[in-house]
Order: sequence, then C-alpha cells, then structure tokens
Amino acid sequence: MVPDINPFVLFFASIFTSNILLANFLGMCSFISISKDMKSANGLGLAVTVVLALTSMLNWVVLKYVLVPLNLLYLRYIIFIIVIAATVQVLEMVIDRVSPALYMALGIFLPLITVNCAILGVALFMQIRNYNFIQTVLFATGSGLGWWLAILALAAIQKKLLKAPVPAGLKGPGITLITIGFMAMAFIGFSGMLSVQ
Amino acid sequence: MSYIVAPLVVAALAAVLGAVIAVVDKIVNNYGDVTININGKKSLTVKGGDKLLSSLASQEIFIPSACGGRGSCGACKCRVVSDVGPHLPTEIPYMSKEEIQKNIRLACQIKLKADIDIEIPDELFNVKKIKSRVKSIRNVTHDIKEVVFDLQGETIDFKAGRYVQLVVPPYGKMKTSTQRAYSMSSKPSDNGVVELLIRLVPGGIATTWVHNFLKENDEVELIGPFGDFEKRETDATMVCVAGGSGMAPFKSILYDMYEKGDFDREVWYFFGARTVKDLFYLEELKTLDNKWENFHFVPALSEPDPDGGWNGETGLITDVLDRYIKTKMRADKDKEGYLCGSPGMIAACNNVMTGNGIPLEKIYYDKFA
Repeated sequence: MVPDINPFVLFFASIFTSNILLANFLGMCSFISISKDMKSANGLGLAVTVVLALTSMLNWVVLKYVLVPLNLLYLRYIIFIIVIAATVQVLEMVIDRVSPALYMALGIFLPLITVNCAILGVALFMQIRNYNFIQTVLFATGSGLGWWLAILALAAIQKKLLKAPVPAGLKGPGITLITIGFMAMAFIGFSGMLSVQ
Repeated sequence: MSYIVAPLVVAALAAVLGAVIAVVDKIVNNYGDVTININGKKSLTVKGGDKLLSSLASQEIFIPSACGGRGSCGACKCRVVSDVGPHLPTEIPYMSKEEIQKNIRLACQIKLKADIDIEIPDELFNVKKIKSRVKSIRNVTHDIKEVVFDLQGETIDFKAGRYVQLVVPPYGKMKTSTQRAYSMSSKPSDNGVVELLIRLVPGGIATTWVHNFLKENDEVELIGPFGDFEKRETDATMVCVAGGSGMAPFKSILYDMYEKGDFDREVWYFFGARTVKDLFYLEELKTLDNKWENFHFVPALSEPDPDGGWNGETGLITDVLDRYIKTKMRADKDKEGYLCGSPGMIAACNNVMTGNGIPLEKIYYDKFA
C-alpha cells in the first residue's frame, strides 16, 4: 500500500531529517575519499543527484511493470544494479559529447558512483516503503541533494581542519570519521520531525 | 516452467540495456574521421572516439608508455597545441606546473573528438615495432642473462644509451601482454641486432619470462628506440657509475666511443657488485682500459671473499666513487655524472656527486629503472 505522505514532505525529509548519508550511512566510500576539496565535492554531489533522480525513476518503472507482475522481487538487487550501471554508462557518453565543460565537472565522477551504495539504497527504500512514482522522484532527488549538502559540508570542514592542530595518529581518515560522527549527531537532532514511511 | 522466467527476464533486460548502450555508442560516440597533425610535418587521419595514444600506435607511431594506456605510469607525455579542454584530474598528478602551462598532456587520456595538433620529439618517428628472433641467450652471471635479438633484416637507428620496450606475451598465469623497458647494450653500428642484459628480479613479470621461458629462436616483439640517456657532447670528464644490469647502456656508449675514435675525453667507469660472481665483462673492459689511455675502469666489490684473491677496490661503490673523485680525478676539470642502476643506488650516487661539486642538472640517468 502506498504510504500517505505528501511528496514534498518526503523531499525535505530526505534532505534533512533522514539524510541518506548521515542518518542511513550509505555512500560512505566516495564521501570520504572525494571530500578533500570543494570543487570535486561539488561535482560528485551533482553527479550523485542527477544519477539518483534518473535511475530511481527507471528502477520504479522496472519494479512496477516487470518485477512485481512476474513475481520476481527476489531479483531486485541484480536488476537494479544492471539498470544503474547501464544508465551511468549512457549518461557518461552523452555528457562527454554534449558538453565538455559539464563532463569535466561531473562526467569523470560517473564511473565512481555506479557502485555507490546510496544509489542502490534509494532504489531499495523506494521498493520497501511502497512509494508511488511522484514520491519516488522527490525522495530520490531529495536524497541526492542531501548527499550533496553533506559532502559539501564535510569538504568545508576538512578545509578548516587543514589548519587545525590534529594529533598525528588521527590525521587523515581518523579525524574525517570523527568529523562525520559529529555531523551525524547534529543531523540526528532533526530526526522524528518528519516521517518517511 | 516458472523457473525459466527469471533468467529470461534478466537476459532480456540486459539485452535491451546493452542494445541501448550500443546504439548510443554508435550515434553519440561517433566523431567521424579526425586528423592528427604532428609537429606540423606529418598528418594522419584516424577514426575519432579513441584515445590519442592508441590511435597513434595504430599508425605505427609509438609514444613510450609503460602501463599500456591505463593512466598509471605518466610516461606518454606529449604537447598538445590545439585546444582539447583543461587537464583532467587523471593527468594532474603526473604534471609539473610548467608542464601544465605548456599544455603537456598524457596521450592515453586524450580522447580524439576533433582535429588535433600535437608535438612529439622527432625521434619518435624513428620508433619501430620490430619482430625479432632470439639469436642467443648466455648467462653472464648467476642472475644476469645476455640476450641477443636478431632483427631479421630490419635495422634500428639509435644513439648509444637508448632503451627498447620488450613485449612480453601472456605466459603461465599472466593473461595479458605487458611491456618492460631495457637499455640496449649493443653498439649503434651493429644495427641488425639488439643485445639486452636482463637480471632476474624475483617475482618480476618480464625477467621471470626471460629467465625461465624464453628460448633461442623464439619470436619476440621489440619497440624502440626510446629515451634520452646519451653521452653529452662536452669535454667534461665523464663519471659513469653502474651496478648489475646497469652495465648495459655503458657497454654500448663506451664501445661506441672507442669505435668512433673518441679518445680525448676522460672517462671513469665505476662498476659496483657484491661478490666476484656478480662481476661480468671484466676481461673485456680491462682490455679496453689498457688500449684506451683516458678510460679508467674501476670495478669494486662490497662483500669480497676474504680469501678469494680479489685485488681490486673494495667497499660500497659510493665510498669508492667519493675517494676517486677526491684523490684521482683532476680537480680543475668539469665533470658530468652518468648513472644506471637501482633507484637507491642512483639516489646515493646523486648525493656523492653533488657533494663533490657536480651540479644536479649534469647528472644523467634513465628514470624507468
């Protein structure tokens, strides 16, 4: 049964109260490795948002018209991944052709996010929570924007950390993980204000 | 029959998506024919959409590349004159600030989308891919083999000190072909053969193949010549230091000088080894030393056998080098350093030489070792 939630509530909830990164901890690998400077973080955030919105729509269609009617729900992991990989491949070729500038900013990150678990996670949430099409689109776009917001925040904090006296043993991934922990605690303060399921 | 539905659905979906990718690739990735203009002298027409490095290789122009185009070695640098967009993040780690300003790019990362003007060293026109046959394999020490390749009628034009890439075919557990660079030890005048000195490196892909699989009469592909290691045309004293298979370029350079009658130049050649069994070409080089007044060959052992009857120099090659520069060489003469060996040896010799007043920019070595 489709849950009775206004799609716009879902949109804001996925950005702030149930941030895909800081509340669900999905998509951590590229979040940690690409958050060293603002420019790359921006490009990656944009790429994640675009791919999330696009693939969740396609996956919703596949789910509704192929997997559910044929009773093949147990294949969803494989099917979702195949759809995501193919979409990313096509998107990369098109962007490379149409806009070299956009390719520089976003295209080079596309192969990285084929295997980003946030993308698969959103597709699975959409199935588990029975969202309809509009809800899926807004939830996915919001999740992408939330991921973008989180990586921009982390990149900004990392820039400040460059000048901070970090103990030698905690330099690099150590202090990054601690930072992410604090960010997650701050975001958890919002939780419960809006419902997503 | 229901069990067949799942594989059919997966297959059908994959086929549809595959078809979409193929169609998009055909339409979007089709850049038509593009022209590569090289040094303003030569122009080639190739199919667009591929990488510059592979397109050039398909036209028999070989830019040196150690990784085969995966963007992990940074060797395939060339200057791009026309505009192909800013440097990619995959190129930047291999570039200095000056190189970025001059628009030096990695040929393996540039996708050909439009006509392009590039500049490469003229020498690269000279680079050939040669099908050779192994003429002889000889053990010169317990872990170094001297391998002579017959070029089967082809010739190779090079300056003494250059290297070739040896193409190692798939063997044993290795599923793909790889390439490794080796300095040529043969003289430029023997242009119908290539001689390489190959030391067995435990676990090394190419060296294991050469030592354990390669037989006489086998066919092997060589690509070359590459590099910029060579004798500089000055009258400074040449201080050459080598260890192990680092012998190769010096054998070529020294015999080339001797053959051309280049006797006035003062040349010192230090060869470092651990024990007597790591030394080779000893007699040949001593003979050269006797015939050629200004050439001095100094072999040195770091771990000589106490009762092995070794009456040459002993100690680390860097200590011997330091002592000779300070006591035996003319202080009033400029000196140039020529090195070939392990990165550790090169770094240590760099320190000794700069410590003795040889400027860093006059110390020459290949960086592929």
